[in-house]
Amino acid sequence: MAEINQEDILHLLSQRLASFANPELEITPETNLITQLAIDSIKLLNLIMELEDHFDISIPLNALTDVLTVRDLANLIYRIMSDSK
Amino acid sequence: MNLLEKLDAAAAARKAQLPTGLSAFGIPIEEIYSPTEARIGERRILLLGTNNYLGLSFSPECRKAAHEAIDKEGTGTTGSRMANGNYSGHRALEMEFADFYHCRSCIVFTTGYQANLGTISGLIGAGDVALIDGDSHASIYDGCILSGADIIRFRHNDMADLEKRLRRLGDRSKNTLIIAEGIYSMLGDQAPLAEIVSLKNAYNSILLLDEAHSLGVLGETGQGLAEKTGLINQVDFITGTFSKSLCGIGGYCVSNHLQLDQLRYVSHPYIFTASPSPSTIAATRVALRLLRDGSKLREQLWRNARQLYSHLKMIGFQVGPEPGPVVATILDNPQQALALWNGLLENGIYVNLILPPAAPEGKSLVRCSVNAAHTSEQIEHVCQAFSKLHSSIIQ
Ligand SMILES: Cc1ncc(COP(=O)(O)O)c(C=O)c1O
Repeated sequence: MAEINQEDILHLLSQRLASFANPELEITPETNLITQLAIDSIKLLNLIMELEDHFDISIPLNALTDVLTVRDLANLIYRIMSDSK
Repeated sequence: MNLLEKLDAAAAARKAQLPTGLSAFGIPIEEIYSPTEARIGERRILLLGTNNYLGLSFSPECRKAAHEAIDKEGTGTTGSRMANGNYSGHRALEMEFADFYHCRSCIVFTTGYQANLGTISGLIGAGDVALIDGDSHASIYDGCILSGADIIRFRHNDMADLEKRLRRLGDRSKNTLIIAEGIYSMLGDQAPLAEIVSLKNAYNSILLLDEAHSLGVLGETGQGLAEKTGLINQVDFITGTFSKSLCGIGGYCVSNHLQLDQLRYVSHPYIFTASPSPSTIAATRVALRLLRDGSKLREQLWRNARQLYSHLKMIGFQVGPEPGPVVATILDNPQQALALWNGLLENGIYVNLILPPAAPEGKSLVRCSVNAAHTSEQIEHVCQAFSKLHSSIIQ
């Protein structure tokens, strides 16, 4: 995959997450996935599989314990992609 | 929010999600008459939501063995297998399981939940990988979390998806434990074991199969999916439970790898808990023998399963992908599921209600499970009740 930076990942995530949110909510990097987007545990697990396929990486579920916001998730993906180069 | 306020918030959120008037969870069974009948409130009901697949819960031989064990060895062991709780009966049952599976080692645990916790957390650790089916039971998830390994899910029973994820792991696939179940407890479907085995061989991984719902149900002697598919020697570790077809409480892991024994020294869910009571062990030993010789019971079980599955499908309910002792009716929303569940109860039939997020893909399930003690008349009565309810529930 071509070089991708954190901002690209954030942008892509925000677009994808819009489908979970009510249309009035503006998704920012600080939006909380669980409390603001109401993504329950199953939805989150399925989203992770989708993101794994999109970026062709493995995202271990245990790494999600530190993920609260959209930015946290983007950072995690970026870190995994950098490590796997 | 303090800790208690968080629980209040969670309770409020749960209430808000449920259809009104719901009291389907944890209703007490007042009296139990047989493997198929009980009393709830004032009503005599047909039990169609147990995991008593071979109908052995009132077996005279098992009860006699349990009584004798209580009289001889007391009500509880009061200690761990690694200390004062290791009785000769525990060891004998381990040998009998190893003999049943024609394999070299077995460990008995206090529950099936702990069998998964103890086996998984003993086999993998930080830096290793658990590659698990997306519909795995909570005990598998929890075992993986306890292990500290990296947890990756593959899409339920999707072999192209499993392969993709194995490929992504590169070299790490050698330190990967793939986990699947013989029969999945929600929809009653079976794992594609032949494909899983060939992938695990191609990628040099290790395979654990949880036969909780398939023990006693599949295979000539009831070993489970591994026996039915002739792949018993290709599965590295098999876990299972006494709490379903064996009608006790407890769990086990069997393997041809002698390294299994090492888990006794490292696995907290094995060490730091009391061993199963003598009566449980005694009854389970007899139940295992009945299960092994139970081909007649399996025939009746499967007749019942096919009768119910084909009827529900014929009258237009959406059901799981294949027939089996777990027959799930899949409904679009919780209101429909609750209406069906209530309607069945009014017809004297008790089944399980499963609402999101517990059910796969946001669906709601009315989950029936048949057993070998159900008569075909009882199953016919259930079929008629479903037929009566169909038009009022599915518009
Ligand atoms: C697939 C699976 N594994 C393990 C268990 C745990 O078994 P037990 O009830 O003996 O703790 C269950 C039971 O709910 C199960 O469905």
